[in-house]
Amino acid sequence: MSFNIPIGPQHPALKEPENFTFTVDGEYVVGVKVRIGYMHKGIEKLMESKNYIQNIPLVERICGICNVAHTLCYCQNIEYLHGKEIPRRAEFIRVIIEELNRIHSHLLWIGIVAHEVGFDTFFMYTWRDREVVMDLIELLTGNRVSTALNTIGGVRRNIDNDKAYRLKKGMEILERRTKYYKQIATAEPTLLTRLKGVGILTPKEAIKWSAVGPTLRASGIKSDVRADDPYAAHDEVPFNVITYDSCDVFGRLMVRIDETLESIDMVRHCLDHIPSGPIRIRLPNAPPKGESISRVEAPRGEDIHYVKSNGSDKPERYKVRAPTLGNLLSLIEMLTSKGEYVVHIADIPVVLAGIDPCMCCMDRSIKFIDLRKEKVWTWTWDRLKKYSKEVHEKSK
Amino acid sequence: MKKVNEVNSYMAMTFEALRHILKKRATILYPFKEREKVHVPKGFRGELVFYLDKCIGCASCFKVCPSETIEIIYDGQKRRPIFYLDRCTRCQQCEEICPTHAIELTDNFETVGFDRKEKIVK
Repeated sequence: MSFNIPIGPQHPALKEPENFTFTVDGEYVVGVKVRIGYMHKGIEKLMESKNYIQNIPLVERICGICNVAHTLCYCQNIEYLHGKEIPRRAEFIRVIIEELNRIHSHLLWIGIVAHEVGFDTFFMYTWRDREVVMDLIELLTGNRVSTALNTIGGVRRNIDNDKAYRLKKGMEILERRTKYYKQIATAEPTLLTRLKGVGILTPKEAIKWSAVGPTLRASGIKSDVRADDPYAAHDEVPFNVITYDSCDVFGRLMVRIDETLESIDMVRHCLDHIPSGPIRIRLPNAPPKGESISRVEAPRGEDIHYVKSNGSDKPERYKVRAPTLGNLLSLIEMLTSKGEYVVHIADIPVVLAGIDPCMCCMDRSIKFIDLRKEKVWTWTWDRLKKYSKEVHEKSK
Repeated sequence: MKKVNEVNSYMAMTFEALRHILKKRATILYPFKEREKVHVPKGFRGELVFYLDKCIGCASCFKVCPSETIEIIYDGQKRRPIFYLDRCTRCQQCEEICPTHAIELTDNFETVGFDRKEKIVK
């Protein structure tokens, strides 16, 4: 006997719409059903009615947090269609803004995980320091979140000496703070007890369920689009692909912290080695007939865009696969108790948050089905989180 | 040893907390106090202004606007755009493409209003 717990359709962890039905046996989760499709924005269809330039701000709004990854992927895709290469300086600026966006996304996620386990002090520190990188993004692009820097044929704003100086200053603060967070994450008992051994995803299962990004890398598999299939200036900017083989949420936390440090180094390298020259070439409004695929390593994983052009100034078909869709199925594995590995109801929030889900680039209440009492009930996300904290308070 | 580590980690957070007692508040009390402290960098994408005398009516801005903010009309003298700023996403593509610099984004970020009609630039 078991009982079903529906989480969603209003999104777990990030207040976006999604539905999970958990089958539970007492305190243990024994099965998960993921139901997607609550968030239909109609962006792909809308793109077919707008021209290529008008589509850039639209693509940017697929995901607010990883907006740079989406615009970069889109612009690259159209440039592939044209068969033109963009100036080298523009490619370096693209890497800088992409890595700044990754730092901002990872710091945000670290705060969210800390919040999910009830460690709100850590959450507030990370989010305060995230302001540093947000201000730098604002300085470079004119806006804190929606950067709108990438455009077809290059980038829209240049980096002058003053901005480069301020970027380097900002990187110093961020590096010092991120190193401190790493120290807290590895030593703080609150985090360790809640994250270690939770949400296990073995390398074999990670590949089977096609996990991407930090989720895959925390299972010990070296896979990163920036290294495997370099785009923009990534062929010239050195960096380490971070992997951890602990396969749990703690591994995912460490992967993201280390990636933040790598990104900081990458921004510095770019600022030191950026070539001079133009930042943009003008391309015709209508690309030639054809199809193209572009891949970008977004903060959450691999982002894939497909375009089909019929020679007019509007795309005939545009398809986006956001990284969360790749990671979502691996949740089935992480949240199913098997043999000695058991998942408690109280661990659900942190495992869900662990993949850094972005459901609106993908769905929020939880439905529980009890196997023993044949009972079904629904909890909101806040109720589940409260329950989770109560259980861990008692166990102290 | 384990005990020592535990004590150390708690202390790390304690020192951090104590250090911040002496620091100034990070939050700006924006809408009610300290309005002047809000820092807006040069090149910020704020509300747009339109100079009618510079406009040549080429409708380039209309072609790049993603959110249908711009409508091209004939006002009896010349072809010109009008702007529905409640729809504007401030992507700055119109300013970039304008050949005569008739459109300019200011650093005004307080763009909230009670009436959509107030937000039409004619």
